[in-house]
Amino acid sequence: MDLELMINSFPKLLSAAVITLKLLSVSLIIGLLIGLFFAILRLNKSLFINRFAYGYSYVFRGTPLLVQIFIIYFGLGQIEYLRSTVLWVILKEPYWCAIIAFALNTGAYTSEILRSAFQTITPGIIEAGKSLGISNKVIFYKIQIPIAIRQSLPAYGNEIILMMKGTSLASTVTIMDLTGVAKYIISTTFKPIEVFIVAGGIYLFMTFIIHNVIKFLEKKYSFN
Amino acid sequence: MELLAFGDTGWGDELFYATLMTIAVSITAMFIGFLFALIFTPLKLSKNKFLNFIANSYTTIIRGVPELLVIYLFFFGGTGAVMYVASIFGYNEYIEINAFITGAFAIGIISGAYSTEVFRGAIQSIDKGQFEAANVLGLNKFGKFFKIILPQTLRLAIPNLSNVWQITLKDTSLISVTGLVEIMRQSYIAAGSTRDPLFFYSFAAVLYLLLTFVSMKLINRLEIKYSRGY
Repeated sequence: MDLELMINSFPKLLSAAVITLKLLSVSLIIGLLIGLFFAILRLNKSLFINRFAYGYSYVFRGTPLLVQIFIIYFGLGQIEYLRSTVLWVILKEPYWCAIIAFALNTGAYTSEILRSAFQTITPGIIEAGKSLGISNKVIFYKIQIPIAIRQSLPAYGNEIILMMKGTSLASTVTIMDLTGVAKYIISTTFKPIEVFIVAGGIYLFMTFIIHNVIKFLEKKYSFN
Repeated sequence: MELLAFGDTGWGDELFYATLMTIAVSITAMFIGFLFALIFTPLKLSKNKFLNFIANSYTTIIRGVPELLVIYLFFFGGTGAVMYVASIFGYNEYIEINAFITGAFAIGIISGAYSTEVFRGAIQSIDKGQFEAANVLGLNKFGKFFKIILPQTLRLAIPNLSNVWQITLKDTSLISVTGLVEIMRQSYIAAGSTRDPLFFYSFAAVLYLLLTFVSMKLINRLEIKYSRGY
């Protein structure tokens, strides 16, 4: 055990963890919007729109995240047309490519979580609200949304943790996130175990925090 | 399409063998995962606090740390660990471990953590009466486990195990960083030499979709087989 290396690498890994958290939060916010959009499409009665939304979530859930990042980062740059558009400003940056891939990936999972949450809201609940004379707007904000949040929280909490682990793949497109810096230190010092303990510890700490925040929210939104 | 031709001119045969490699690694990893689950599930269910702690640490650490980091640990640390063990037995030559074994082991340990949770959940949801009924029938320990408990556990576990299989299959794409030539690595090589990354990575995505689609169909059959009588 090389304690000195562990102590020396801790600050470097900690500042890299900030990049991991940035990647995570930005892609979660965009992913939530994408997920919400596709979940609403899934509830649409038109077969075509329904199939389209299902196809999106099937493709992104059925392929590895690594392939998705590589298609966006290495693949899209190959299209000459894209290089001449405004989009290229975003697509030439590995940081934004990673975020697009993460957001699309988590969006696919989120759309499934939200869809099943929406489906648990039975017509009876809405009718109960109406019979109490509550307006449609209030029913939506005060009844439907809280129920949907409560239903989707446990699954969404898992998704956040999975996504946090997913951000480690950003290191494959030259971003120095927590895993990227850990790999760099391992390959220069050849002390994999020490670095794994420190970097893994930071990841576990973040998992622990996310887990507890979700638990707190679950309690807040539970019936009793 | 000529990019996918079999033979010297295209990448069809290379990608075909790479797909077989992905399947081989996934199955090996899943199997190693079952072995880990076989060890850790009883520890999780045991009443001994210390054994519980060991099993919980295993599943918590593995499920809370990125797969890529675990793979780097094995890739960079695996050789050192094996050589250290060998040196205790007096063997001091350099040992190189094959990328297949390192990769399958790393993914297997990850897969095992998920499988352990699945089996724990399945065994816990079996009614206590089933254990008692097996006792009343006078079955011995093995008969009780293999004839009564295991078939019911499998029925409950198969849907969740199919999720574990999907995760395992997708995780094998990460082994490409160690140089094992599976779908991802082969696409990387092909994309590099033809300068057509869009085509080859999209094709890799199609191959993965095909693998998940076919395996889901097969698992559905298993599910039907084990739900007989329900």
